Amino acid sequence: MGKKEIDDRFKKFGTVSFTATTRVNDFITNLESGKVTGTQCNGCGIKFFPPRADCHKCLTTDMTWFDVDGNGKLITYSTLKYGPQGFEGDLPYSIAVLDYGDYKVFGRIADGIDVDELKIGMEMTAAVNTLPNGQLNYVFKKA
Amino acid sequence: MGKVAIIGVGQSSFVRQYPGSVRELAFEGFKDALNDAHITTADIDASVICSAPEYDKQRSPAGIFAEYLGLNPQPTFYVESLCSSSSMGVRLAYSLVESGLHDAVAVVGFQKMSEISSAESQERMGRGADIQWESPFGTMMPAYYAMYATAHMDKYGTKPEDLAAIRVKASTYGQINDKAVYRKQVTHEMFSDPESVMAGPVAAPLRVGDCCANADGSSCVIVASEKKARALCKKPVWILGVGAATASVNLAGRDLFTGLQAAKLAAENAYKMAGIGPKDVDVAEVHDCFTIAEMMAYENLGFAEPGGGKELIQSKETYKEGSIPVNVDGGLLSKGHPIGATGGSQIRTIVLQLRGEAGDMQVKDPGIGLVHNIGGVGLYGNVTILGR
Repeated sequence: MGKKEIDDRFKKFGTVSFTATTRVNDFITNLESGKVTGTQCNGCGIKFFPPRADCHKCLTTDMTWFDVDGNGKLITYSTLKYGPQGFEGDLPYSIAVLDYGDYKVFGRIADGIDVDELKIGMEMTAAVNTLPNGQLNYVFKKA
Repeated sequence: MGKVAIIGVGQSSFVRQYPGSVRELAFEGFKDALNDAHITTADIDASVICSAPEYDKQRSPAGIFAEYLGLNPQPTFYVESLCSSSSMGVRLAYSLVESGLHDAVAVVGFQKMSEISSAESQERMGRGADIQWESPFGTMMPAYYAMYATAHMDKYGTKPEDLAAIRVKASTYGQINDKAVYRKQVTHEMFSDPESVMAGPVAAPLRVGDCCANADGSSCVIVASEKKARALCKKPVWILGVGAATASVNLAGRDLFTGLQAAKLAAENAYKMAGIGPKDVDVAEVHDCFTIAEMMAYENLGFAEPGGGKELIQSKETYKEGSIPVNVDGGLLSKGHPIGATGGSQIRTIVLQLRGEAGDMQVKDPGIGLVHNIGGVGLYGNVTILGR
């Protein structure tokens, strides 16, 4: 009998991923097909980003994937001049939060956007991004 | 409900690299508290050990400490809530004593940040957040607080100079605290001098000078029942309120970016339990891991309206002579921030203030003091109110 295969798709997330297994590993497959996605509970309708496998209200695992599309508003951001081990090659980079109304998204500002162009309240959109080391994440671009 | 007292406080010096083991470091704060309380280990019937475990090589430090501190066979508990671990430890000790289960509990906080290498520390710092959804983007503590600074500046017009003023204040008192790791004055000129290390960028808009000093250190708070306190202690300080709350780790789960919701809720709970309001507080210790954190604390604790923190520091109302002295021991910024020891050290400062024993840092005749201690980026909020 062969060894049971481990679904470790999540190791592809971000410059450095700190976990490999999660029950929302389809998030990675969705990224590979160009979509940033969250989960929505089929019981109460609540939208989760980041996606969750379990609804803490209904205690159900009955979820549907939804696309993070359209625009979100930039709530806040910061540009890092120092990064943790493993991220030195990415510096400088900016992290930010977008507000989509029903949910918020934490992520990175796309390379090439000048910090001076960032303004709280501006509309941005989340897009899948392939990192130089072949890993996947998503970044915020100007809408 | 019986009253619960603090009958002894102690701390080690906060230093850059402690030349000993973690148990020896913990012993320094513990011994200082026993001497302060004029008691022996026989008077203590339980211990609570507090630290952030990612820095410890020793697994389950509570056991080894109970042995080294001479507290076998009394039971021991281990408490962790990142940078607020020892405030949470005091909250646990309060409940242990108030329930009648124990009558004198030693809360020992410690952290030897230099226990691990700088590279290991960097790696752990990258995991000081939601490791599944945030850390893969390359997050760090200063950058999270910097995001709060960005939002605060945008909404309220707070300036980098207002944040720098908080560091200038901290350094004023760090110089006169012989337990502090950073003993030099920081000036506004340093922040505007590109040659100065203080002006170096970390995570915009925060600069090196906006960040607290790393340190190794330990602290100890002895919590006792009213009966035990009356029997053993000439100047007990009473725990009037303990408030605690949590918030979403991932920033995507939060609604407030100009303050810390967990701190606001912890303060509300503590004020309610103590039956007082912000205006009744005579002296405070707040969690200034970054300058913006102290600014938000002014507002979350009700010392200023939201957005009013900058006027409070500009008018020097949080200096020793002001209407609400804050961190007149140098704070985390200058005294240093050995994570698990920080809350106990803050409580020690307020206890000394209320007993009139704070030396050059003494505020004039305070009756009520407050400690605000935060874990992570506002993930854990703890507010403790003490009175004479």
